[in-house]
Amino acid sequence: MGTAPAMVLEVKNLRIEFPTRRGTLVAVDGISFSIAPGEVLGVVGESGAGKSLTGTAVIGLLEPPGRIAAGEILLEGERIDNLPHEALRQIRGRRIGAIFQDPLTSLNPLYTVGEQLVETIRTHLDIDAAEARDRALALLREVGIQAPEARIDHYPHQFSGGMRQRVVISLALCAEPRLIIADEPTTALDVSIQAQIIQLLKKLARERGTAVMLITHDMGVIAETADRVAVMYAGRIVEIGPVREVVRAARHPYTAGLMGSIPKIRVASAQMHAPLVQIEGAMPRLNAIPSGCAFHPRCGKSFARCRTERPEPRPVGSNLTACWLYDEHNAAPA
Amino acid sequence: MLLRLEDLGRDFDVSRPWLNRVLEGVPRQLLHAVDGVSFEVRKGETLALVGESGCGKSTVARLIVGLYAPSRGRIEFDGVEISDPEAKAATARIRRRMQMIFQDPYASLNPRWRVRDIVAEPLRVLGLAADDAQIAARVAELLKQVGLAPEDGEKYPHEFSGGQRQRISIARALSGRPEFLVCDEPTSALDVSVQAQILNLMTELQARLGLTYLFISHNLAVVSHVADRIAVMYLGRLVEIADAEELFARPKHPYTRMLLDAVPDLEMSGRQRTPVAGEVPNPLSPPPGCAFHPRCPHANDRCQAERPSLIWHGEAASACHAVEENRI
Repeated sequence: MGTAPAMVLEVKNLRIEFPTRRGTLVAVDGISFSIAPGEVLGVVGESGAGKSLTGTAVIGLLEPPGRIAAGEILLEGERIDNLPHEALRQIRGRRIGAIFQDPLTSLNPLYTVGEQLVETIRTHLDIDAAEARDRALALLREVGIQAPEARIDHYPHQFSGGMRQRVVISLALCAEPRLIIADEPTTALDVSIQAQIIQLLKKLARERGTAVMLITHDMGVIAETADRVAVMYAGRIVEIGPVREVVRAARHPYTAGLMGSIPKIRVASAQMHAPLVQIEGAMPRLNAIPSGCAFHPRCGKSFARCRTERPEPRPVGSNLTACWLYDEHNAAPA
Repeated sequence: MLLRLEDLGRDFDVSRPWLNRVLEGVPRQLLHAVDGVSFEVRKGETLALVGESGCGKSTVARLIVGLYAPSRGRIEFDGVEISDPEAKAATARIRRRMQMIFQDPYASLNPRWRVRDIVAEPLRVLGLAADDAQIAARVAELLKQVGLAPEDGEKYPHEFSGGQRQRISIARALSGRPEFLVCDEPTSALDVSVQAQILNLMTELQARLGLTYLFISHNLAVVSHVADRIAVMYLGRLVEIADAEELFARPKHPYTRMLLDAVPDLEMSGRQRTPVAGEVPNPLSPPPGCAFHPRCPHANDRCQAERPSLIWHGEAASACHAVEENRI
C-alpha cells in the first residue's frame, strides 16, 4: 500500500480495548488502513462497528477507560499514538482537523463565529488579530458562506443547520491540517443540505490535497464522496477497496448484504414492492463477539472454518477482503 | 376512502410571554405548522408523506391520531368526522381503529414495563380481552407475528436492540386490531440492515392483515419501497401528490425534483446532480407567494406574489405556477 512517507495517515493493527470489571471488551480489533493526500477514505459500518472509535483514537481523544492496546498510528510517517498529551494537543487542530455530527455542540454558543475562528487560527499560526480575521473571512467564503463580512460577527444560533456545519468545517480548516476526520458530518442535516456539504468536503480534499477520513453509516454519502471505502463490522475491517468496487461488486457477504439492504429509488412498479435484502439478526454486542469470523452467525455462506478461524484481509480483485470464501485452500469460492 | 383531510390547519402559538409582549410591544406570533392540507387515504394503500424537517409532516400525523386538535379544517375517518371536539363518543369509537408507530423506539416504550405489559396495554385499555389468559395468548400471537419469541414478553425494553424494540412497538400498535396505522419515520433511527428488516415486516403485515398505512418519512428511497402514492410537503403545505411510480418517473413540482436529485447516487452512474441551492426558510416568516420561490430555479414574479393552489390533473396534483403555465 504505497511507501510510508507518501501517506498522510497510516493505521497499523490498531486495537482499542475497554477494561471493565467483567473482563476486557475489544471494540476495535487489529485494523489497518492508510489515507493518501487528497484522498477521501470512507469508513462505513452500522452502530457499534467501531468506526467512530477509530476516528477518536486517531485524534487522540479516546476517553478512559478506553485505550489503545496495540498497534500504531502514523501521521505523515511520524508515530502519534504514543505522544504525551501536550504534544498531541498541538497536533490536533494544527495537523488534524475534526468535524463532528452535531454542528451546534461543536461551536461555543457564547462567542461569535469570528471570535472562535480567530482564536483557533491564532492558536495554531503566528499571526496578528487583523490578519487572522482576514483569514477567517477567506475561510468562510471558501466553505460557501455568502457575504461573510456580514456573518462573521454572528453567534452560532443565528446560523441554520447547514450553515453551522459549514462554519465547523471552516474551523477544522483553520490551520490547514493535512488530515480531516469527519464523523457523520451530514447525519444531522436534511437531504438537500447534505448534498451541499458532501460537495464541499470533496472540493476541499481535491483542491487542498487534504486527506479526509469520512466516518458515516450512510453508504449513499460514501458512494458520492469517497475514493476508497473501508467497511467495518464488530471492530474489524471486513472489506476495503476503491469505492466503485465495493459499491458495485462487494466481495464480503456482509458488504453485499449491507448494499442490498439500502433502499434505492425504483421507478418501475414491478420492482417497487419487492422486498429488500435483509441480514438476519443484529450486530453482536462487544461482550459476545462470535469466534472466528465475527459475521458467521448472520452469514448465509458460512462454513466450518468461519466458526473457528478468524480471516484476515487478503487481496481479492482490487479489494482487501476478510473472508474465507476467497481463500485458495477452500474448494468452492462463491 | 378510509381517511379524508379537508383544508386541515394547525397553528402553534410561539409568542413571547405576556409580560414581554406588553413591555416590548411585540404582537402575538403564530406558527402555521400545517396550512390548508387536503388529501385522502384509500383503504389498503400506503400513502407516504415526505418532506424535510419542519415541513409539518409529523404534525399532520399527530392531528390525525388526535394528539393535537386542528386549528382549521376537518378530518374524516370512514365517513365520520373525528376532528370535532364536541363529538367525543363517536370519535373515541373511531380512534380505536387507528394506531401510531413512533420514530424513536428508545423513547416510545416504557422502560419499567415488561414487554408483555407494553403489548397488552391497548387490549386492557380498550377492553378487548375477557381475561388474563386471553391477553397472554394474544400477546404471544402478536410477538410471533412481528418476529419475536413469546418468551420475549418477560423481558424489559432495554434487553432489546433498536430493531427489536421497533418490532415491539409494531406489536403494540397491532394489538387493538387497527385498520389504519400512522407510521412516523418508523425506521429513521435504525441501522440500514435493520431498517430493511422492519420495512419488509411492515409490507408483509400489510398484505396479511389488510392494513392501510400513512407512512411519514424524509427519505425518498425508503418511501419508494413501501408507498403506493406519495404526498410531498414543504413549509406546512402540500406541494405535490401522485402515484409513486408517476412521481419518481415524472416529478412535477420543482421541490420534488430537488428532493429526488438530492438522493445520493448509489448506482454510481455518474449522474450529474443539480446543486441544491439554499435552505428551508424560517417557518415563522415564510416567503410570500409560493414558499419555495427563493430556492426555485423557475420562479418568476407571479411565484413571488401569488400563492399557488393544488391543482388536480386526474390522479395527480401539484401546487406550482410554472407547472400550470407549462413553463417546466
